[in-house]
Amino acid sequence: MKRPLTSLLMLGLSACAVAAPHAGEAPRDLYFDEALYHASQGRYFEALERLDAELGQHYRLDEPALDSLHPYINRAEFSVGDFELRYRMHHRAGRAIQAVLEGDVDDAVRNEAAYRLARIHFQKDQPEAALQALERISGRIPAPIREDVEFLRANVLMATGRSAEAVEVLDRLQGAEGLKGFSAYNLGIALLQDGRKAEALEQLDKAGRIKGLQQEGLAVRDKSNLVLGALLIESSEFGLAQAALDRVRMEGPYSNQALLSAGWADASAENFERALVPWSLLAERELTDAAVQEAVLALPYAYSQLSVHGQAAQLYGRAVEIFGDELDKVDASVRHIREGRFLEVLVREEIRQNKDWVIRLRSLPETPETFYLMSLMASHDFQTALQNYLDLEDLRKKLTAWHSSFDAFEDMIAHRRAYYEPRLPGLDGDFRELDSRIRLRLEQRERIHQRLYGMLTAPRPDYLATADERVLLETIAGLESQLGEVNSPDEAALKWRVQRLKGLLRWDLETEYHERFTEAHENLAELEQVIDAMEAQYQSFVRTRQAAMHSYVGYDTQIERLRRRVRLAQDELQVLMARQGHLLETVAVNELSERRQRLEAYQGQARYAFADSYDRAAKLQAEEDAAGAAEAADGAGADEAEGAG
Amino acid sequence: MSHSAKATFPRTQNSASAFLSRRAPAWLACLLASLFACAVGNAQDLSRQQMQGLDEQVQEIKSEVLDIAAELSLLEEQLLYPSNTQVALFVALAEDRPFRLDSVQLRINGELVAHHIYSAKELEALEKGGVQRIFTGNVPSGEHQLEVAVAGKSGGNDFSEEGVFSFSKTVSPRLVGITLAAPGAGDAAIKVGNW
Repeated sequence: MKRPLTSLLMLGLSACAVAAPHAGEAPRDLYFDEALYHASQGRYFEALERLDAELGQHYRLDEPALDSLHPYINRAEFSVGDFELRYRMHHRAGRAIQAVLEGDVDDAVRNEAAYRLARIHFQKDQPEAALQALERISGRIPAPIREDVEFLRANVLMATGRSAEAVEVLDRLQGAEGLKGFSAYNLGIALLQDGRKAEALEQLDKAGRIKGLQQEGLAVRDKSNLVLGALLIESSEFGLAQAALDRVRMEGPYSNQALLSAGWADASAENFERALVPWSLLAERELTDAAVQEAVLALPYAYSQLSVHGQAAQLYGRAVEIFGDELDKVDASVRHIREGRFLEVLVREEIRQNKDWVIRLRSLPETPETFYLMSLMASHDFQTALQNYLDLEDLRKKLTAWHSSFDAFEDMIAHRRAYYEPRLPGLDGDFRELDSRIRLRLEQRERIHQRLYGMLTAPRPDYLATADERVLLETIAGLESQLGEVNSPDEAALKWRVQRLKGLLRWDLETEYHERFTEAHENLAELEQVIDAMEAQYQSFVRTRQAAMHSYVGYDTQIERLRRRVRLAQDELQVLMARQGHLLETVAVNELSERRQRLEAYQGQARYAFADSYDRAAKLQAEEDAAGAAEAADGAGADEAEGAG
Repeated sequence: MSHSAKATFPRTQNSASAFLSRRAPAWLACLLASLFACAVGNAQDLSRQQMQGLDEQVQEIKSEVLDIAAELSLLEEQLLYPSNTQVALFVALAEDRPFRLDSVQLRINGELVAHHIYSAKELEALEKGGVQRIFTGNVPSGEHQLEVAVAGKSGGNDFSEEGVFSFSKTVSPRLVGITLAAPGAGDAAIKVGNW
C-alpha cells in the first residue's frame, strides 16, 4: 500500500553538544517521571519501586532542598499513596496519606490528602472512618476535587444511613457537570432511602431523562429508568413503568433486565399480548444471562395465558431443551473449575491485555467455566479477589525470574574473580614500584617549586646554572682548592686565569638570570601539566583497580540474603495463591450451583407446563375435532332425513 | 393427566394473578436490592471476611516483594552498572509540540543500543509527562557520540528525523534525556540534555 506523504526531515549530521537545562526552569526529576510513566500504563509495582527508592534517597540527603525531587515532593508523596491505592495496598496507602495529613502542609494539600484517605476507607467498607476523614476537610479545597469530595460525602452519608443529609448534599450537586447522571440517580436513591418515595420517583424520572451523557452516564441513566420502572410496577403503575422501561437503551448493560421488566409490567396488567414483544426479543439473546433464561420460560407462559396452547407447548418444549443444554454447560463449567482450568484462564496474558477481558472470556470456546460468571466477576469483592490473584501471579513470575538471576549473578562474579584474581597481584606489584617512582618525582617537583619560590625574594643565579656550567663551576672550585695559597708568579697567573673563567661563568649566570628564571617557571608550568595528567591517570588506575575489586568482592552475603528472602516470599506466595485461588473457585462453584438450582427449577417448571399445554392443546384439538364431527354428522343426518323425506 | 395439577407454573388464566403475586414481587425485590446496593457503593457479600483476611495478607506480601525489589535493584546497579561506567538514556515528549511517536532508535558510538516501537499505552504515558528509561548500560569515561533516529506521524504525515549529539562520561553516572517534539518552525525535533 502506498504510504501517505512522507516528509523526511534529515538534520545535518554535525554533532551537537548536549544542552544544559534551561536557566530558571526547575529540572525534571527523572525517577519521579519514570514512576509516572509506569503508573500511566497501570504498572504500579514498577512505579512504586522507582518512587519508593527516589523518596528514600531524597530523605537521606543532608540538603534535600538541593535535590531535583524537592520541587515535586508533595506530588511525589501523594503519588505514592495513589499508586499504593491503585495497587490495592490500602494499608500502606493509608499510612502514606496520613503522613501527608500530619505534615506541615497548606490547606489544599491537606484537604486532598483527607479526601484520598476518605476514599480508601470508603472502598474498604469503613464509612464511619471515611466520614471522620472527610470532617478533617476545611479551608481551601483544590478545584478539581471539590465536587468529588461532596459526592463522596453523600455516598458515605448514605452508607451510614444518614439519607436526609445525603439528600441535601446531592441536591447541591445537581448542577455539577462532571457528575451529571450520577448525582441525579444517587439523589433519587437517597430520597427513597429517606422514605420520600414520591420525590424519589420524580427524581429518578428526571435522572432517566438527562441528555448529553457519556458512556458511563448513559448506563446510569438506564439504571435510573430500570429502578423507576421496577418501583412503578411495585406500585401497580404499569403504564408509567412501561414508559420508564422503554427509555432504557436496547444495547446497554441493563437492556436485558429492562426487557424482562417490561414484559412483567404488561403481564401484571394482564396484557399478555403486549408482554410477548419484549419477552420474544429477550428470549433470542445470550442464553447464559439470567434474565434471558427467565424470558425463555415467561414467553410460553404468556402464550398459555392467551390460550394459544399449541404455541405454548412448542415453546415449553424448546425451553426444556435449552435448560438441559445450559445445565450441561454449568456442569462442564463446574468440572473445569474443579480441574483448575478457571484459574488458568484468568491468568492468560492475551486476555489480560484487553480492558474488556472479562467480557471477552465469553467468546472463548474453551472457557465454559466463565460463561455463567459474568455477573459474579463484575462484583466488587470478586474483582478484588481476582485482582489479588492476578497480582500474586505477577509477583510469582517476578520472584521466579529473580531467583534464577541469582545463579547468573554468581556465575558472573565467579568469571570476574577468575579473570582478576591472578592478574591483580602482578598489577599491584608493578603499581607499587611505579607509585614509589611517582612519589619521588613529586617530591623533586616540590623541591624545585620551593626553590623557585624562594628565589623570588633571594635570587640565586647558581641554582639556574646548566649541567655543563655546574660541571665547570665544580672544576673551577677544584682548581682553586688545588692552587691554594699563591707562592709564585706562575701560580698567580694560573689563579688569575681561573678567576677570569669563574668571572665569565658568573657573568653569564648573572646577566641571563631573569631569562633563565622565566624559563624555569615556564618549564615548571609544563611540568605541572604533565604531573596533572599523571595524577589523573593515577586516579583512574586506582578507580579501575577498585572497580575491578568491587566487581566480585562483597556480594556473597547480599546475594545469599536476597536469595533467602525470595525463597521465603515464594513459599508464602504459593500458600497464599492456593488459598486465594481456592476461594475464587469456591465462590465460582457456589455461584454456578445457585444458577444450576435455578435452571433445574426452570426445567422442571417447563416440563410440567409443556405437558399441561400439550394436554390442553390436544384437548382443544379433540374438542374441535368432535365439534367438527358432530357438525358433519348433523349435516349427514339432515341429508339422510331430507333424502328419506 | 394428573401431573399437570402439580405444576408450580401457572396453568390457567385464573391462576395468573396468583402466580404474579407470588413471583413478581420476589423478582422485583431482587432487582431493586441489587441496584440499590450498587448505588451506595456497597459490594456483594461474597465470603467477605475470608476475602478481606486474604486481602490483608496479599498486601503484606506485596510490601515484602517491593522491599526485595528495592534491594535487588541496588545489587543489580552495583553489579551490572557501576557508577563510573553507568549511562542511562531517557525519552520524553515535549509538552508544547505533541505528535504520534512510532519508534526510537539509539546508537552510542555507532553501536545500536536501543530500538523501541511504542504501543498506544506507552505513548499515552509519555504524553502525560512520563519519562521512559530506554537504555541503561556502560561506557568508559570520555567523550561519546549518541545518534538518535525517530519515526512518527505529525499533522497526518509520516516523518522521520535523525540527530547526532555528543556527551561526556565522567566518574559519576550519566543520565541523558532525549526530548522529542513534532518537527516545526526552526526548533529541533530532537533535543538531548543532561538530566
